[in-house]
Amino acid sequence: MRVTRFAARAGGMADRMADFVAHLRGNGMKVGATDTAAALEALTQVQASVPDEPRAALAAVLARDVEEWRRFDDLFDAFWFNAGRTRQDRADNTHVRVQSARPVLWHSHLEDQGGGVPDQTETDVPDAGEDEAEGRDGRLMATRTDALGRRDLREVMDESTLREAERVAASLARAIRDRTSRRRKRARRSGPLDLRRVQRASLARGGEPMELYHRRRPPRPMRIVALCDVSGSMSVHARVFLAFLRGLVGQDMRTDAYLFHTRLMRVTDALRDHDSLRAASRLSLMAEGFGGGTDISGALERFLDRYGARALGGRTVVLILSDGYCTRSPEVLAAVLARLKRKARRIVWLNPLGGWQEHEPVARAMAAARPHLDAHLPAGSLAALAELEAEFARI
Amino acid sequence: MQDWREVQEAMAGQGYVAGERLAMALHLAERMGRPLLLEGPAGVGKTEVAKALAGMRAARLIRLQCYEGLDAAQAIYEWNYQRQLLAIRAADARGGVDEAALFSETYLLKRPLLEAISQEEAPVLLIDEIDRADEEFEAYLLEVLSDFQITIPELGTISARARPVVILTANGTRDLSDALRRRCLYCYLDFPDRDTELAILHARMPGLEVRLAAQIVGVVQALRREELEKVPGVAEMLDWAAALSGLGVNDLAQSPEAVQATLVCLLKTAADHDAAPPEVMDRLIGRVA
Repeated sequence: MRVTRFAARAGGMADRMADFVAHLRGNGMKVGATDTAAALEALTQVQASVPDEPRAALAAVLARDVEEWRRFDDLFDAFWFNAGRTRQDRADNTHVRVQSARPVLWHSHLEDQGGGVPDQTETDVPDAGEDEAEGRDGRLMATRTDALGRRDLREVMDESTLREAERVAASLARAIRDRTSRRRKRARRSGPLDLRRVQRASLARGGEPMELYHRRRPPRPMRIVALCDVSGSMSVHARVFLAFLRGLVGQDMRTDAYLFHTRLMRVTDALRDHDSLRAASRLSLMAEGFGGGTDISGALERFLDRYGARALGGRTVVLILSDGYCTRSPEVLAAVLARLKRKARRIVWLNPLGGWQEHEPVARAMAAARPHLDAHLPAGSLAALAELEAEFARI
Repeated sequence: MQDWREVQEAMAGQGYVAGERLAMALHLAERMGRPLLLEGPAGVGKTEVAKALAGMRAARLIRLQCYEGLDAAQAIYEWNYQRQLLAIRAADARGGVDEAALFSETYLLKRPLLEAISQEEAPVLLIDEIDRADEEFEAYLLEVLSDFQITIPELGTISARARPVVILTANGTRDLSDALRRRCLYCYLDFPDRDTELAILHARMPGLEVRLAAQIVGVVQALRREELEKVPGVAEMLDWAAALSGLGVNDLAQSPEAVQATLVCLLKTAADHDAAPPEVMDRLIGRVA
């Protein structure tokens, strides 16, 4: 059948560690060659034959933040123990491929990506025997599903949609962002005359207005923070919204974008990647490990705790792109929106379900959310989004 | 220290119950000479780690508390201008100023970071709440953390005589730069589970009655699951335990008024107090008792 890369060049510990680091990198962790060296050094400091020691040591060396720290165990198991990922028969099953032609990216892909429960019956350690590792390699499965994810997002981001989305996002961003102060300030050249100053200066010239002064409203640009729901219920819309986010973020360096599901993830940098295909693959890498239902209030809470202090301010417009299906109660959503409202200038909810009033659970969530929103607008497609420009100018 | 288990035991000797991951991270930080970045919610004992570590190694603890606007002059070094001026005056009177002498270590005011690398015995350097300092300050830190040296333009580069053990703590006021994270080992401290918290309580207050200790930990663990603005940390739990034992309480279920009166130790905002009225506390206590 297939020969794993592991077996092809099952070298010493250094090679394996390099593979492991590559595996982590492939799963979105920012690790490199120096980390491989550090990891190897760390391993010399522990007893590699005691199962949990290398795990704890590598976590300390290779993880960089909370997210990575929490995912590390799964990634570790996936590589060294190949836990829950080996479904060898499925790899040859062309039926899977056919299905994946649909945009499955944002479906719950826990089936064979990430989150698999570590198979604790296999407790061999990294060092214990090369032969075992050869046949069962975590990397192989990860790579395959990874490629599927990538292909789907490429479809999502085909060139014409992308251009259209960028155009719409640009005009919307402009409508939101380009604000001027209410008060007029002195200006160098343009703008209406500042009669008071002209008059005052004219006193020095015997009442002749020789020097002209101007004043105008200085720009006070608004910052945009966009939070996009990519849960199962939103998968139909994920395509257009992702492109839209990319347009928004590409417009202005201050714009921030996040995706949420049951977890929250900052995607600003990935979206800002100039190479659209690379951006797509970076995104699909981040998407790994997403799964389950939507936890809007939880995601917003995490956003507030983790990024709120930096991302929000008196001149921030928060865009929430979600259908309002939430696993938690509407009261929680209302409370967290109230918190958000205290920190942000405006909250706008873009809802792809135009007729949300008809659906009871959504209606309850949205009714609870409503008092805290500055606007709740329908946004099913790019065309619908484009029509919102006038609305945004008014917010 | 040969083994992380020894670290764990030695930390326990200092009254700090360190989990496996933390002990391993400390062990590696020491052996690999890398700084250790500790993250986690407020009140899980990040700062205490450094104190216990210093106690365990019988080393000096040098602490740099970060805040917004902290700059190099306050964190690394500063020239003692007044003294330099006096020296110039004095030298003028004698005739001839020795400029090289003016910029020597005599006129250098050492701030925590320089202090830490110029010790003979390796100290423990605690850089507390690094995320409160500005991003520019992180850049200053990079040289110190990766090479353990400080460059003073007038004096040259000062290298560490003994490598300090560096502990950084952060609790997510802002995101730290990748450059800083890359240089550090990482450990995330979460709220301890029930057994660990019991062990902590026992280590800190050995005299406490077992049943009361179990009740206290149970209630605090349950409180953490409630929706609170400020989740009570380990420090708050210890305060509460101290308050209760100070009042001579033996059983939480028997003395609800003492519980209500001492809740000030646990709940630090008005909204949280409203969220835990007597009925709720009774329910929580009833569940653990």
